[in-house]
Order: sequence, then C-alpha cells, then structure tokens
Amino acid sequence: MDVKDIIKPENMVYGKTKLLTDNILHYCPGCSHGVVHKLIAEVIDEMGIQDKTIGISPVGCAVFAYNYIDIDWEEAAHGRAPALATATKRLNPDKYVFTYQGDGDLASIGTAEIMHACNRGENIVVIFINNAIYGMTGGQMAPTTLLGMKTATTPYGRRADLNGYPLKITELIAQLEGTCYVTRQSVETAPAVRKAKKAIRKAFENSMMKKGTSFVEIVSTCNSGWKIPPVKANKWMEENMFPFYPLGDMKDR
Amino acid sequence: MAFKGAIVVDNEKCKGCGVCVANCPTGTLALAKHVNSRGYNYAYMAEPDKCIGCTNCATVCPDDVITVYKVKI
Ligand SMILES: Cc1ncc(C[n+]2csc(CCOP(=O)(O)OP(=O)(O)O)c2C)c(N)n1
Ligand code: SF4
Ligand code: SF4
Ligand code: SF4
Ligand SMILES: [Mg+2]
Repeated sequence: MDVKDIIKPENMVYGKTKLLTDNILHYCPGCSHGVVHKLIAEVIDEMGIQDKTIGISPVGCAVFAYNYIDIDWEEAAHGRAPALATATKRLNPDKYVFTYQGDGDLASIGTAEIMHACNRGENIVVIFINNAIYGMTGGQMAPTTLLGMKTATTPYGRRADLNGYPLKITELIAQLEGTCYVTRQSVETAPAVRKAKKAIRKAFENSMMKKGTSFVEIVSTCNSGWKIPPVKANKWMEENMFPFYPLGDMKDR
Repeated sequence: MAFKGAIVVDNEKCKGCGVCVANCPTGTLALAKHVNSRGYNYAYMAEPDKCIGCTNCATVCPDDVITVYKVKI
C-alpha cells in the first residue's frame, strides 16, 4: 500500500492537540519540558476543561509555558507558584488550578511555599519537573543534583561534604497529611509517557474532589545543562536518576 | 490482524533530537541529511514500508510535530 493512500484524514491516529498553540517551543531539542507540556494540554483537552483551568508558570526554563498551552495563566515570582495557586483556587474553587515548577523553583527557593501548600492540603495540582539542575541559568547545581554529578557550580562533581546531599523532596511531600496523591513518573519512552499522562489526569480529577494536593514529579532531562545529547541523556537518566529517584506512586488515597 | 502506518513530520518545527528514531520499534525513522531553515536535521521515514502506525514516535516527540496515520491490511 502506498504511503499516500495511508496519509488521509480518516486514518489519522495521532496528531497535535489543538490546545497547544502553533508557537515553536523555545526548549532545547529533546527537552522533557516539551513532552510534559503536551501531556498537560492533552489531558485538559480530553477532560474538556480548557475554560476552567488556570496554570501558574514558574521561573526557570518553563517561564514561557503560557505561550504554548491555550488556557489562562499566571506567572509567579521564583518559587512562589504554590502561593499564587492557593489564592487562585480558594477564590475560584470551580477552576482547575495547577502549578508547573522546576526543581530549582520548587525544591530550592520555593521550598517553604511548596511544603506549606501541600501541608495545608490545597486542592491544586503540582507538576514538578526534576532535571537535577538549574537549566535556565546555565546548568548550576540544584538541591536535586546527584552526588558526583558535574554542573557549572560543581565542575568536579557534587560532593556531600561540600554541597550536601541530593534532596528527595517528593518523598518528604508524601509524608504530609495534606497530600492525597504523590507519584514519580518519566517521559523518555512511549510507555512511560502514557503512564505519566494517566497520572496527570488523575491529579487533575483529584483536584475537584476536595481530597488535598496532588503532586506529580516527572524525572526529566536537561541535555544542555548536562552536556549530553538528547537520546543519550534519556539513557543517562534511566541509569543514574532512576536508582536514586525510583518511579511509581508514593501515595494514593 | 496487521496494520500499516505512515507518519508526517512538520519538518520546519522538528528539532532533530532523534528521540523518535530511538523509540521506533520497527526502524522506520532516521534523521535527514538535509537541515530545515533553523539548521536541524529533521526526522523522516527512511524505510516507510516498515511503519506499523504504533504512534510511539509521536508520543515521545517533545515538540509534538509528528502526525500518525494507520490502516488495517
Ligand atoms: C529571585 C530569583 N532568584 C534567582 C533567579 C535566577 N534563576 C532563574 S531560573 C533559576 C533556576 C531554574 O531552575 P529550575 O527551577 O530547576 O528550572 P529548569 O530551568 O531546570 O527547568 C534561577 C536560580 C531568579 N530569576 N529570581
Ligand atoms: S536548558 Fe535544559 S531544561 Fe532548559 S530547555 Fe534546555 S534542555 Fe530543557
Ligand atoms: S522527536 Fe520530534 S523533534 Fe525530535 S527528531 Fe523526532 S520529530 Fe523531530
Ligand atoms: S508510528 Fe511506530 S512504526 Fe511508525 S514510525 Fe512511528 S514509531 Fe515507527
Ligand atoms: Mg531544573
């Protein structure tokens, strides 16, 4: 059968969701941020909640998330997305409110905000992109950087005696009474992407059930910061990040 | 039941990251020798007969630039 007989509208099984704008993503080639944007857009589209969703974008590479997903957005000061989300959700309980935050944003400068929002059990969704580095600012060490990992500020590798230990913030958040769903996912293979999408959907559904905070970590790559090309970065992540940040649900109630 | 598939890549938006190539179970895809206007070697069906329309390539594409078509044969 000829390719041109297959490429017909009635045979289409996968295409770009209309909730993603036509803007070209500013992310580096292969960056996990793009995959997660797509999943959020698909979930919002499939749930039919485009007019009822408010996203809070972070400071970090995802600062421009509002250019790509066609919903209402706020842009928070660095680390303060959970505070904005708290106010937004409390004032608009009929809206789906989510934050989108990197590991520098969430686990470093914004640690207080995320801990207390989760401990209060705000009925919001948190999407946490853990690429173990400050991507936007040129690849400095983050709290989540692995021991031995080279970054711009740990050129010989992160050392526990000098730089402290990598922070498993998602494990800490799972301990908080206010969270109802805490999970760690990834997006480097098709099965992983499909699982991550189910987790994001569940988190959005939870946020209307007054059960507390849903927290979805995505273990991610930062090819530019890591200085590893995209396909190899995915492999590096599987081999080095997954043993320390194991995938799966930590809490579901 | 067997399926045959085909994909279309938005060449101008593709960033040549190769993640789709690495995730194609049938070895259909490759990166082109040519580059698009932004300098990226875009992905294309190097061996179109092999495509089964599984959607894996489009699922992992960070830039969502792949459309997948599939027919029963
Ligand atoms: C108050 C304040 N402090 C520091 C910065 C500089 N800064 C911008 S982004 C960033 C870290 C971003 O890292 P992360 O949240 O992990 O996002 P990524 O780019 O890796 O996705 C920092 C420290 C800032 N913009 N504002
Ligand atoms: S710097 Fe890292 S996190 Fe930022 S867009 Fe590039 S690969 Fe993605
Ligand atoms: S995954 Fe997408 S952006 Fe990357 S090479 Fe394939 S089509 Fe291009
Ligand atoms: S649809 Fe499946 S078989 Fe066809 S190119 Fe994409 S990954 Fe390969
Ligand atoms: Mg980061």
